[in-house]
Amino acid sequence: MTTVLVFLDHPGASLAKSERELLSLGASLGEVAVALADEAGPAYLDGVGSYGVREYYRPETGAVSEVLVAGKAAFLAEAVRASGAGVVLLGNAYESKEIAARLGVRLGAGVITDVVALDSDLTATKSDFAGSYTVNCRVTTDVSILTVKPNSFEAVEAGPPSTPREVPVPVELPHAVARVIGRVDKPVSGRPDLSEARVIVAGGRGVNGDFGPLEELADALGGAVGASRAATDAGWIEHSAQIGQTGKTVSPQLYISAGISGAIQQKAGMQTSKVIVAINKDADSPVFEIADFGIVGDLFTVLPQATDEIRKRGL
Amino acid sequence: MDEATAGGLRIAVLVKHVPDAQFDRHISGDDLTTVRTESILSELDEYALEAALQLVEANGGAAGGHRVTAITMGPAAAVNAVKKSLQIGADDGVHLTDEALTGSDASATSRALAALLRHLGPFDLVLTGMASTDGETSLVPAQLAERLALPQVTFAASLELTHEDGGWKLVARRDNDTFAETIEAPLPALVSVTDQINEPRYPNFKGIMAAKKKQIQVLSLADVGLQPDEVGFAGSWTKVEAAAPRPPRSQGTVITDEGDAGIRLVDFLAGQKLL
Repeated sequence: MTTVLVFLDHPGASLAKSERELLSLGASLGEVAVALADEAGPAYLDGVGSYGVREYYRPETGAVSEVLVAGKAAFLAEAVRASGAGVVLLGNAYESKEIAARLGVRLGAGVITDVVALDSDLTATKSDFAGSYTVNCRVTTDVSILTVKPNSFEAVEAGPPSTPREVPVPVELPHAVARVIGRVDKPVSGRPDLSEARVIVAGGRGVNGDFGPLEELADALGGAVGASRAATDAGWIEHSAQIGQTGKTVSPQLYISAGISGAIQQKAGMQTSKVIVAINKDADSPVFEIADFGIVGDLFTVLPQATDEIRKRGL
Repeated sequence: MDEATAGGLRIAVLVKHVPDAQFDRHISGDDLTTVRTESILSELDEYALEAALQLVEANGGAAGGHRVTAITMGPAAAVNAVKKSLQIGADDGVHLTDEALTGSDASATSRALAALLRHLGPFDLVLTGMASTDGETSLVPAQLAERLALPQVTFAASLELTHEDGGWKLVARRDNDTFAETIEAPLPALVSVTDQINEPRYPNFKGIMAAKKKQIQVLSLADVGLQPDEVGFAGSWTKVEAAAPRPPRSQGTVITDEGDAGIRLVDFLAGQKLL
């Protein structure tokens, strides 16, 4: 039976949805082991164990995370060797992709990113050109390294909590490395992470500096707030909210586009969403060509009315 | 005086000729590779080139003996990315071209670029964009750093060089969803930059005329010591088996607000079971 090594970066207080998805996918492919570069609490470890994981790998040296991706890639390479894994699964954040990239070179193994579906023979499905192509591809080496997009695989209900056994792995850190010398935490919004959100309300030039009505609708729907490049460049919302070719690619169940005209790159950022709703004053906006439901109107009246209606219905 | 100061900084900027995202982009039916008509210098690489030019300007300019080299690999037309870079301000250019490179995945691409940089080097700094706007895997910069054993700083939103204790070091800032980091690394290093780092300049008439006199070195695989089967389809560790255009999204209902559009929106969401 294949051993599947799941790399869980940044362990939190408990398992995140995307982490449960990775563990479930791993369990469908073989026996799962986990690699943790950072310290994790007992509740988190018990959660990992509830997915049938009996062992988790930890670096013997504590400095792995301080030296960015090079240290984590070095650790993960040792964990793959120690576990004899044939498949390595990682999340799809930029940092995870880079760890996967360096791991691929270290192991002489192929890497496929942005995986949204996987056959039992490890043929992966992904999108190219910002969602305009669907591509099937395979790793041709003995070990397959795959980074998996959130919301693509079901998080299957886990068993009772159980604590997996820690297996320390010696790691030799690379000599010349980049180091983190300062870190400032950003205020927490309480909204779901953009790349994991089931619902996204995104604004563009048409919001004219006021994201208030979008934030209220997002909160009523339990969603995240995103933005076009025009809106982040104008400084109306922070850059990390940017969706599209130079920002985040997203594929939520529902994408509500407000005040975004839908130039080709913006359309590309939203076209893998399941349902698209568009609100724009200009009836000729290209965004209406791809919207399942389009409203020609003023977002400053339409959005608050929708938010009120959702609250009124007690939804 | 140490070596780096005496010789000035050597900066390599990786530039790529990619299909213009303003147009529809295609994968060919025959060998499942990208169709490269309507191609341009990747927009995201312009930020890397601008960052290189600003680092040179901030550290003594041309008088400092610094040199910015624009580097690309790919078929004949790929050299256009280098030509544009020379017009914008790079000092010289290199084009690695060979039939055998066709079909290279990230691992084969990074192998070819690593061999090329070793052949041309040493460089103090290798700069790239945050991703190509075609493959979008963002694997190549990290793989190149691993192959060349370089410290790697990705997604830099700011970048400064300082010279102290007889060596150069870089300080970069980058932003994550939950925190902002400051990162330090010794040179030589590899840095990828985001579109937040600067405002790229355009080529002006003087730059376009000056570019005509700048040199572009054309190299083959043999020149950089690689065999044909180490790159291209043969040297890749992944294989594309099928590619199909996504069915176009069909237009749904479009209504004009008559005072109740917000309510009709909620009706629609309820009907789709999205509430």
